[in-house]
Amino acid sequence: MADASGQTGGLRAWLLTDTPTSRRHARISALYQGWLSFRSNTMAMVGLGILVLLVLIAFAAPLLAPHDPFAQDLGNRLAPLGAPGHVLGTDSLGRDILSRLIYGARITLYIVALVALIAPIAGLLVGTVSGYVGGWVDMVLMRITDIFLAFPRLVLALAFVAALGAGIENAVLAISLTAWPPYARIARAETLTIRKSDYISAIRLQGAGPLRIITTHIWPLCVSSLIVRVTLDMAGIILAAAGLGFLGLGAQPPSPEWGAMISEGRRFILDHWWVATMPGLAIFTVSLAFNLLGDGLRDVLDPKASE
Amino acid sequence: MPLPNWLRTTLLTLGSIAVTLLGLLFVTFVIGRVMPIDPVLAIVGERASQSTYDAVFQELGLDKPLIVQFGYYIWDVIRLDFGTSLLNARPVSEDLARVFPATLELATLGIFIGIVLGVPLGVVAAVRKGSWIDQVARVVALVGYSMPIFWLGLMGLLIFYGILGWVGGPGRVGIFYVDVVPSVTGMILIDAALDGNWDVFKNAFSHIILPASLLGYYSLAYISRMTRSFMLEQLSAEYITTARVKGMSEWDVVWKHAFKNIRVQLITVIALSYANLLEGSVLTEIIFSWPGIGSYITTALLSADMNAVLGGTVVVGLIFIMLNIFSDLLYKVFDPRAR
Repeated sequence: MADASGQTGGLRAWLLTDTPTSRRHARISALYQGWLSFRSNTMAMVGLGILVLLVLIAFAAPLLAPHDPFAQDLGNRLAPLGAPGHVLGTDSLGRDILSRLIYGARITLYIVALVALIAPIAGLLVGTVSGYVGGWVDMVLMRITDIFLAFPRLVLALAFVAALGAGIENAVLAISLTAWPPYARIARAETLTIRKSDYISAIRLQGAGPLRIITTHIWPLCVSSLIVRVTLDMAGIILAAAGLGFLGLGAQPPSPEWGAMISEGRRFILDHWWVATMPGLAIFTVSLAFNLLGDGLRDVLDPKASE
Repeated sequence: MPLPNWLRTTLLTLGSIAVTLLGLLFVTFVIGRVMPIDPVLAIVGERASQSTYDAVFQELGLDKPLIVQFGYYIWDVIRLDFGTSLLNARPVSEDLARVFPATLELATLGIFIGIVLGVPLGVVAAVRKGSWIDQVARVVALVGYSMPIFWLGLMGLLIFYGILGWVGGPGRVGIFYVDVVPSVTGMILIDAALDGNWDVFKNAFSHIILPASLLGYYSLAYISRMTRSFMLEQLSAEYITTARVKGMSEWDVVWKHAFKNIRVQLITVIALSYANLLEGSVLTEIIFSWPGIGSYITTALLSADMNAVLGGTVVVGLIFIMLNIFSDLLYKVFDPRAR
């Protein structure tokens, strides 16, 4: 889109224009203005920074990790912080804690990404169908949603993992199964307000079927409130995954999952405190970052919800 | 003839409770069926003859259609029969009755701490919006939302038990105090007080205070945030301005006017976080070797004792649903606007 205003007033003016010249222009301009208001929120930027760093660390893990995360060195067990060659010490099998934390970032991201895909999409499907079709379909779907909402989440996840067997994928599945109902509620509420609007009637008069209306005209409008909710939920998902790992129901040893590392270090907590402390700090930092980012995004995308 | 309004509402509420409960049972039933563990083998053992196997198979009703089995299951749950635990061969319901008071005691003290600290913190944060105390309240809540509870528990044990020695370690009482007082309610603090044995009370208190504070902190984070936003809403209302204009003291404006109006909403929030504590104490109980329902379910899970897991899940689910409904009802009863 190299139009006249873009060349005379510079990119900034083109982005901030009040009179967009095309649909894409308007969309990019709205994104940029959202970014500007997001950027002024220091805490949210801190959160974003931490998460970008986490992604980089996860991708560059083989380059960054000073040691093999699985390499045992029984002669050098439980080395304290700052031991030569092991900045964060070693665990009970002599494995370098820093390297394990770095590789653990991959597992955390993997879990978060999977749950963040599965749960909102499932919720979006249920919610939009329920809201658009209405009638008894709506009643049945919402009752099911209510039933899942009424469940104690961690206990339900525990029971699911018990049925499916321990492991990362099953932990992801269990967490997703307990996480989708709020998204369905949000998507349904959005659909109900959109469904009756004139532009939907116009599209319907042009002959668009329900599938086309839901996928191309309703879903895009539900996405922003879902993104906010997902970001705010991420911290909870990380804590749930770590909790399952801690109970031995998530990632299995020798995998360097942070929750499982805490569980391993728990046995020596009184004498060798750093083994359990370091992974806990990692979990805390990442979930704090998601909370900060979520708060910031909410302010930008959904000003009504923030006080 | 149309039904009167109140009867209609009551019937609808009862209906939705029934459907939710049925859904809970259906999910636990399905989980029990898809388990890769053969319930018959678990009872008769690997070496049983085919005829023994078949007899037990029929006894358990496994030859019936699934829907009939589900009917049996519901009937069992109504009679509070969750089968026998594979670990100790005792009825699961007896085990649950034994471990539940421990969880109740912990969660109740936890929610108490959460209310006593969280509500005033939220009110002050709202009244002094933007001040340092508001910032502190924000950070306290943010950290609470972001901290893994089991890790905070470990750190608490390390610092207050391992290094400072201020509190008792894991477990409900020290080893010399086990079974000293007769069990009446199953809650050691109350039993000790009833018995007048203050040594046991002190010891039990030193054990419960750390995990209860931990749970209290988590509910405080939620309660204080909600209190703050409820209060902000009230304080910006016109009747508050009127009260101030007519010269009412700030204390009376805040506590007698604004706070009075958020009580119902607040009770709902507290009921919800109480429900969360009852179920969410799973990890805390593990860390502190607290013999409650959370450790019971987890231990059963790790030894594939499915009857115990599902029984525990049903009980926790029931309590959770009941507290949810209770807070809904409370809202409708006390807040005329919600009717």
